[in-house]
Amino acid sequence: MSLLLLRRRLFDALVIALSLFATAFTLFWLAWILWTTISQGASALKPSLFTEMTPAPGAPGGLANALFGSVMVVAIGVILATPIGVLAAIYLAEYKRGTRVAGFIGFVNDILLSAPSIVIGLFIYELFVLPFGHFSGYAGGIALAMIMLPIVVRSSAVALELVPSETREAALALGLPRWKVTWSVIVRAARPGIITGLLLGVARISGETAPLLFTALNNQYWSANPATPLANIPVVIFQYAMSPYDDWHALAWAGAFLVMLFVLGLGLATRLIFRQGGGR
Amino acid sequence: MSLAQTPTPTPTPMEAAPETFVAPLPPERVKIAVQDLDFFYGRNHALKAVSFGVARNAVTALIGPSGCGKSTLLRTLNRIYGLYPGQRASGRVLMDGQDLLSPRVSLGWLRERIGMVFQKPTPFPMSIFDNVAFGVRLHETLSRADLAGRVEEALRRAALWDEVKDKLGHSALGLSGGQQQRLCVARCLAVKPEVLLLDEPTSALDPISSAKLEETISTLSADHTVVIVTHNMGQAARVSKYTAFMYLGELVEFGETEELFTRPVTRRASDYITGRFG
Repeated sequence: MSLLLLRRRLFDALVIALSLFATAFTLFWLAWILWTTISQGASALKPSLFTEMTPAPGAPGGLANALFGSVMVVAIGVILATPIGVLAAIYLAEYKRGTRVAGFIGFVNDILLSAPSIVIGLFIYELFVLPFGHFSGYAGGIALAMIMLPIVVRSSAVALELVPSETREAALALGLPRWKVTWSVIVRAARPGIITGLLLGVARISGETAPLLFTALNNQYWSANPATPLANIPVVIFQYAMSPYDDWHALAWAGAFLVMLFVLGLGLATRLIFRQGGGR
Repeated sequence: MSLAQTPTPTPTPMEAAPETFVAPLPPERVKIAVQDLDFFYGRNHALKAVSFGVARNAVTALIGPSGCGKSTLLRTLNRIYGLYPGQRASGRVLMDGQDLLSPRVSLGWLRERIGMVFQKPTPFPMSIFDNVAFGVRLHETLSRADLAGRVEEALRRAALWDEVKDKLGHSALGLSGGQQQRLCVARCLAVKPEVLLLDEPTSALDPISSAKLEETISTLSADHTVVIVTHNMGQAARVSKYTAFMYLGELVEFGETEELFTRPVTRRASDYITGRFG
């Protein structure tokens, strides 16, 4: 009996140790990545990072145009993907739930969700870059929207499906028309989940590089016109990191650090929203 | 010697008892007349030729074991089942002579007159005030003061006003389960319905909240027709004037609650009430 107990205790300790190790292993790499980006980018992490343009090799400079370009391209992506994604999710979850149509569309959506981003970049290049003869911020935004869209559809549909059917019935039983039930009660109840999905989508597209290489490309100068090629953080990181210049390397690391920080911040915001929304 | 034989009351010969018994109501007392109502979940025949009258301004309780069709019957009265494809009803449900199952009856019109409270509290994700005002805003255009008055009246009738009057702007999700359920009653009442459908409204509540809600239901029946589905036979006996006992989709017995609980006519109702099955 006591032998059995001893064996169980040992096994318990072993499992705890293994899971601790696995957790520490994961966190170790995250910490290392953060530390590397900070230490390697330290020489570039100063106010001029946000005020000066991407420089020529050897010249002083920052990432101002790339930061602004990234914000713009991501914003275009969010503006395009959010309404379409949420409306598609409403259609799937509220009007076609449990039907074969919804199952099929959901399946296609999941394929798009796992489509390699370089394929999407190439597709948009074919569609929005070649016909116009030049790279543009719009094309970049559209490519990012294509990546974000299936994330928004999936997460919003799940959030809508989690709203208890009693809530839906109670609103209908008051005599509300269906669209009003959906809009003022169901979507409202699902809002924390929908916003969480949006934030996760933003986090995902803010680091995407491949689709931007084909679309927004890069721009050494300041541009606020999305019809022109736009500088953006991921492509700048890619190009500067591949270069032989130390000061470009530092800028690339600094850019990587900013992206990491941004994604981390979005993750925290997501958790915060969920905690508030889950206070039921 | 014949005097020594005390006349023993002859026990009701249950073998001869009818299979079903539906006490007729005087026509002028009937608010809703259910006639030959059948209901299907796909191929599953959930209600079988149910006919009875729901009395005006009184509480009618629907009792019976799980799956007997009492919730289905309730959900037919406001046609909420229509949300789900594959569910259909046939027969007639006449409210003041108007067939509610007719496609000509608009759901907005119908549900403004027939309110419903569900088993689980269903507060909307908005303030207490907005919850109660929600249906009113849809059906009527009231001035701000009139709307506030309507909300207060509804909350008072649902016996919730004193607990929430200082926090009408707070989220309804922060209320306790019992308060949320009374909020749902208030939300219904604010629309001024003629009929209230209650689907096991106290099953998710603690005894004290349940008692409060039962009290509310009793006072409401003065000017509302109430139909309540309940698993709790004590509750049916306490709050209702009429009771319908259902079993396997059939209406087995309907009559005044006192009669049904003390002198059931059918064997099945008698067995259920005495706890022999169910």
